[in-house]
Amino acid sequence: MVQEQAPQNVSLQFEDVHQQNESYIVGMWTFLVTEIMFFGAVFATYLVYRVANHTAFWEAHLRLDIPLGFINTCVLLTSSLTMALTVHYAQRQMPKQQLLWLSVTMALAMAFLVVKGFEYHHKYVEGLIPGPNFRFEPAEYFRPAQLFFSLYFAMTGLHALHVLIGVLVMAVMAVLIAIRHSSVQDFIPVELVGLYWHFVDIVWIFLFPLLYLIPR
Amino acid sequence: MSVTVAKPGEVRHNYLNAGDTVLSWLLTTDHKRIAILYLVSVSFFFLVGGLLAGLIRLELLTPQGDLMTSENYNRVFTMHGVVMIFLFLIPVIPAVLGNFLVPLMVGARDLAFPRLNLASWYLYMAGGLIATWAMVTGGVDTGWTFYPPYSSSYSTSQVTLTIIGAFIIGFSSIATGINFIVTIHKMRAPGLTWFRLPLFIWAHYATSVIIVLGTPVVAITLLLVVAERVFRLGIFDPALGGDPILFQHLFWFYSHPAVYIMVLPAMGVISEVVSCFSRKRVFGYHFVAFSSVAIAVIGFLVWGHHMFTTGQSVYAGMVFSLLSFLVAVPSAVKVFNWTATMYKGTIDLRAPLLYVMGFIGLFVIGGLTGLFLAALATDVHLQDTYFVVAHFHYIMVGGTILGYMAGLHFWWPKITGRMYPEGIAKLTALVIFAGFNLTFLPQFVLGFLGMPRRYHWYPEEWQMLHVMSTAGAFLLGIGFILPVFYLLWSLRTGALAGPNPWGATGLEWKVDSPPITHNFEQTPIVTEEPYAYDNHHEPEEVFSGTGASTTKR
Repeated sequence: MVQEQAPQNVSLQFEDVHQQNESYIVGMWTFLVTEIMFFGAVFATYLVYRVANHTAFWEAHLRLDIPLGFINTCVLLTSSLTMALTVHYAQRQMPKQQLLWLSVTMALAMAFLVVKGFEYHHKYVEGLIPGPNFRFEPAEYFRPAQLFFSLYFAMTGLHALHVLIGVLVMAVMAVLIAIRHSSVQDFIPVELVGLYWHFVDIVWIFLFPLLYLIPR
Repeated sequence: MSVTVAKPGEVRHNYLNAGDTVLSWLLTTDHKRIAILYLVSVSFFFLVGGLLAGLIRLELLTPQGDLMTSENYNRVFTMHGVVMIFLFLIPVIPAVLGNFLVPLMVGARDLAFPRLNLASWYLYMAGGLIATWAMVTGGVDTGWTFYPPYSSSYSTSQVTLTIIGAFIIGFSSIATGINFIVTIHKMRAPGLTWFRLPLFIWAHYATSVIIVLGTPVVAITLLLVVAERVFRLGIFDPALGGDPILFQHLFWFYSHPAVYIMVLPAMGVISEVVSCFSRKRVFGYHFVAFSSVAIAVIGFLVWGHHMFTTGQSVYAGMVFSLLSFLVAVPSAVKVFNWTATMYKGTIDLRAPLLYVMGFIGLFVIGGLTGLFLAALATDVHLQDTYFVVAHFHYIMVGGTILGYMAGLHFWWPKITGRMYPEGIAKLTALVIFAGFNLTFLPQFVLGFLGMPRRYHWYPEEWQMLHVMSTAGAFLLGIGFILPVFYLLWSLRTGALAGPNPWGATGLEWKVDSPPITHNFEQTPIVTEEPYAYDNHHEPEEVFSGTGASTTKR
């Protein structure tokens, strides 16, 4: 619900705040379409190779840490809830609750990155980083397993980069809300960050089963 | 048709005299000024790409490689391709004419995201300079297509930096696409319904959809090539477990639609110009509008026709072949409708219309020869020959560049407030048309005889055709140099244009030339169909604004 007397910060090119908000939302969705195509290309690449090397990919995926992946899935799903709460309080113009839930979302996002960091470290210790130090048994699956881990790092790395960008954007947003900056008095900026964050979560919802839960 | 002359002694405020420091240009968020920034930069890169084309044609004068080594020849044609495609053809019409005209045509004060628009120019310049620097210092010899494993594992040239440059330029294109989509959806003036939009806008909308859906795919694909090159990740190199054909699928998923990114905006220009100088509505407006969308949609389903000889499944080949034939339908709809627009029209044979007629002729040849390549059997013979080279130059030079020239002349009075000199402009249009055909018609023959592309040694008996082609290229070069001089000359000495020198319809002609910084004194209200030439017979000042003041909000 938009408050009747929401402070209006309308850029010169727009007729009114209504047109501005709608433009922002359409712009964000269009941007998310480009993101879907961006991730979609890597997903497609992965699926092509997984179909071609099913057994090897299955063997390789056993080296992933399913419990940690599951924890991260729960962390990100919860962060989607807290982000929804942030938007909810932004719409009701309640900056304190907004700040609280935004901070929780950031904390969860960082928790995700920490867990991901541990996972990457384990892979490094086990010699699963593609390149000259890559080791994999049984040897017949060496090449496709290296392909699997190349794609694993490309996909999760790209996703982690998006999480990191999300944290930075949320940090800026939190500061703006804390100092009651005029640009965040309307709820639309928070909603835009929310849209982006839900997208990042959804990407993980696809990544987790694709990489961690390969059927035999 | 006479030129409307503004009252003497009166200096009106406009976007050009709104600030004259360098910083006022480099930090501008005015879509019109950003269009000028793009105009200067794409012209620069066009010059670079053109000089490289000149080098290629010089080398091909003789059957032996006597101007450069094979390695250098590879570098020169690669750089010609990269510069022309990524830095000139893809941005040229959307970023110059589209940037200038989309807000004016929809009756908005600017694009939805002016700062994003400026950022797109900086990304373009950064990517362009990185790629050019890489190619000048180390050269790239992979061809503009960057096929792995050559580009990822074997080439010793500056592939990584060039690809990073192309990657950055991709984001500039995405920024422009998002801006156009939002502006066209949300910022149309009251009364400007979808079917009252100029066809230029429809074309740019379809183009933006392709940019938004296609560019990210090529961006990530090129990034994977870099990852393979730098970290030895092994995604496309068969020696590392990958599949090089997958790269080709992903690459052409963008790069075939990219052809429509190049040609659809030109088609938008053609619709505007043909209607104005025929004094008629565009024949079958709805069909022309939807054919743009149809080309954008079908264009995404035909990429496999670049890969008939790579060993993809025959059934896939048949489907791709059939779908490629289908693209001919909306393309033909446009050509027939433009021709029908001119039929029984009151033709005013100005330079832009000459370019349009050139476009229609060359696009038909380019399109029909495309059918040879879309057919499975003939493509096996013609794949990677000069037939392909001639075919895509007919679409890209004959289509896109002629469309751009038509648009640049048509809107020159709007952009600068001055008329270009008509006589020499017409002459130039004829020179370009003649030079173009002399360059590329012989290449169809060469290709059919078996001359492969990307080679600079060839049998003696083909020399005559190559000499014709080189002669044509220099005529074409003269044709592209001339406008630089007479258009710059017109900035000082051209007749003052007045708001609407062509008596054209469309919102952009209802404001001053050049327009004020925020385009409209009041938000216009649209009450009529587009191209209502039945209602306006003579060029006139339909609405020239109320004076020198800029409305501030």
